[in-house]
Amino acid sequence: MTARPETRLVPGFALPELVGDPLTRTDFVRYQGASGDMNPLHHDDEVARAAGFSSVYAVGMLQAGVLGSWLADEFGPQNIRRLAVRFHEQAWPGDVITYQAVVREVRDGDRDERVADLELRAVRQTGGHHLTGEATVVLT
Amino acid sequence: MDESLIGRRAAAFQVPVERGKVREFARATAARSPAFRDEERPVIPPTWLAAASFWIGPDNHALGGVFDFSRTLHAGQEYVFHGPPPRAGDVLHGQQSVETVFSKDGRRGGRMTFAVLLTEYRNSAGSLVAEVRQTIVETEKAAR
Repeated sequence: MTARPETRLVPGFALPELVGDPLTRTDFVRYQGASGDMNPLHHDDEVARAAGFSSVYAVGMLQAGVLGSWLADEFGPQNIRRLAVRFHEQAWPGDVITYQAVVREVRDGDRDERVADLELRAVRQTGGHHLTGEATVVLT
Repeated sequence: MDESLIGRRAAAFQVPVERGKVREFARATAARSPAFRDEERPVIPPTWLAAASFWIGPDNHALGGVFDFSRTLHAGQEYVFHGPPPRAGDVLHGQQSVETVFSKDGRRGGRMTFAVLLTEYRNSAGSLVAEVRQTIVETEKAAR
């Protein structure tokens, strides 16, 4: 976990972005195996094309998972209290996703914990929004 | 899908939080923290409860029998933890219910019906430790 002086965590503070490696079908398959969601739209190009898509596309929950794991890395896995995402544009093989988190508020949370609310985004290399969301993390 | 489904509750189920599955999921989501890999009882990555799907059967889906997958999209997902997230070795007791159903007109015309499925997870002492909300949207026509 990166030691982060609490003085930097003020509203408006943007965490250094996480830039992902280009998405691959292997990433999709590994996530699908891990999560149990084996929808063929995400790994079988014939099925994807029959459904009207140009190719397989990413499981949105993979990028949500990357977002969550990034925050767990930054703040400590035991300090995550909330993660919410909404799905917008699809993401495709070859996409480079940039993950962003900005502090919206620092406040007293439940259980006498001091928490930060974050605004989250996962942006495709085109500038299109793949995910938006929020998180609440405990500051130690 | 309509408002009459609100409150519909499915059969409860159990999810053992397993170390190997935590490790696998951490790798699949590009987690870097050595805690997920090296600790004997690692805390779960924030979206790990997606893997509860391995323990959920048709009887555990609150919208079982009502879902038309060809017309339904996953609109959003939320994880709330009431304290530190669960860790490997815990056994979670889950139950899913339909929290809300609402409709609105889509931007491209047609009616969109949203449902929020709430899965509550309790520990063996009966305390609520996690809530997972899945928002799905059903369109009038096929989703593509």
